[in-house]
Amino acid sequence: MEYRLKTPLSEDDVRRLRVGDIVYLSGVIYTARDAAHRRIIEYIREGKRLPFDLSGGVIYHCGPVVQKKDGEWIVLAGGPTTSTRMELYEAEVIERLGVRMVIGKGGMGKRTAEACARYGAVYTTFTGGAGVLAAQAIKRVIDVYWLDLGIPEAVWVLEVEDFGPLIVAIDSTGRNLIEEIVEESNRRKNELLKRPLVLPP
Amino acid sequence: MVTRELMVKALVEGIRVATIYLPPDVKEALKRIYEKEESPVARAQLKAILKNIELAEKLKAPICQDTGLLSFYIRVGAKFPAIDLVEEAIVEATRVATREIPLRPNTVDPITGRNPGDNTGRYAPVIVWDEVDPKGDYLEVTIVPKGGGSEYVATLTMIPPGRGLEGVKEVVLDAVVKAGAMPCPPTIIGVGIAGTVDKAVSLAKKCAVIRRVGSRHPEPKIATLEDQLLEMVNELGIGTMGMGGRFTALDVHVDYAYRHPATYAVAVVFQCWAARRATVTIKPTGEYIVTQ
Repeated sequence: MEYRLKTPLSEDDVRRLRVGDIVYLSGVIYTARDAAHRRIIEYIREGKRLPFDLSGGVIYHCGPVVQKKDGEWIVLAGGPTTSTRMELYEAEVIERLGVRMVIGKGGMGKRTAEACARYGAVYTTFTGGAGVLAAQAIKRVIDVYWLDLGIPEAVWVLEVEDFGPLIVAIDSTGRNLIEEIVEESNRRKNELLKRPLVLPP
Repeated sequence: MVTRELMVKALVEGIRVATIYLPPDVKEALKRIYEKEESPVARAQLKAILKNIELAEKLKAPICQDTGLLSFYIRVGAKFPAIDLVEEAIVEATRVATREIPLRPNTVDPITGRNPGDNTGRYAPVIVWDEVDPKGDYLEVTIVPKGGGSEYVATLTMIPPGRGLEGVKEVVLDAVVKAGAMPCPPTIIGVGIAGTVDKAVSLAKKCAVIRRVGSRHPEPKIATLEDQLLEMVNELGIGTMGMGGRFTALDVHVDYAYRHPATYAVAVVFQCWAARRATVTIKPTGEYIVTQ
């Protein structure tokens, strides 16, 4: 199925999505990589208020290439980064802040999948490396927070239009597409190990 | 005459081409597998990839936001007149390119976490004096802006020498399954076999980032090994971006060095589908060309 969704996302919006569905997203998304996630968790644990509101929000694992022109930031390339590194933090972020969608690439693990099922969220992937395609769908940089972390690690608040194709990789029923593919490929690997190479002398 | 300024100009041009345009062999290989792929999820992503390649060319924008930790592989003629200026020209070109193209500032001090913002630092960018041509008078620099996602999943394994090529096969298949979606498949996989760890890794790296898709090792046995490993890797079914499909790799390249009786090092290095490279050749007259 193909969906066009707008932020902020409701629980119903994401609960009907299933792995393999394709989503095009419009509205506002927030980039966050390792350092931003670490700081978000610090804020949560210290009970400090975040300078931005992520309830019904979308987190994008991305460190963009940006340029400042006439005082305005422009994203030149903004594809996803590998999500695995954020596995440490994401379940807590979904639980505590009400994030409804996480966008990245490469897949996420069990804790994130459990949080998606329990609190109503999905993990989707944007095609890795497709940085210019992503930038085309980014209409405007609304704001940037925590630039002290460096350009890739800062939180960029982006207005997007038909951002996609986003492929649902973890849905709220507990399915994790990338993990399923890896399990299947592991089975196939064990079969291939029984098949010897046939090489010329 | 070759001056420092000329070298910087030529290298910045090379970095620009490498960052924006995919080499023709990679582009053609991606188009070919898009035609053959059947999985709708993989096809949707391959379509996005092909569209992204076109947009990058049209807008002259970096093809991927991860413009990499720049690596420079140097082949130099012994009679090239400005060998002493090469390293400083590379560092300067990296700074200029970071500002002008622009590139994402990626270099980070692993001790303090500081990012100097210009893609340079201790041993950065990576400069590899790869080959000296005793009779040549030219400088050839191959620029590889390789992203972190594909570097992240490289492996190095010391296998029991008795396992031989079956052991190599196992190491490769293990690495590909473990890497899963992370290196942005379809990848180019480089495999290096050697007696020392550094040689295995450097051979694997060059197989992944320098050799053209579709090229085969000159020795028939190794060429066949490459074919069979490619077939098996694709049978794993990991597919484009790890979401299933017929094509997990665009190619597998293998190279080897003679080893020690007791050691059999196998390195596996991945290059993402955005397999960027460009070569700058500078003549002693100061003429230069950028090729892919």
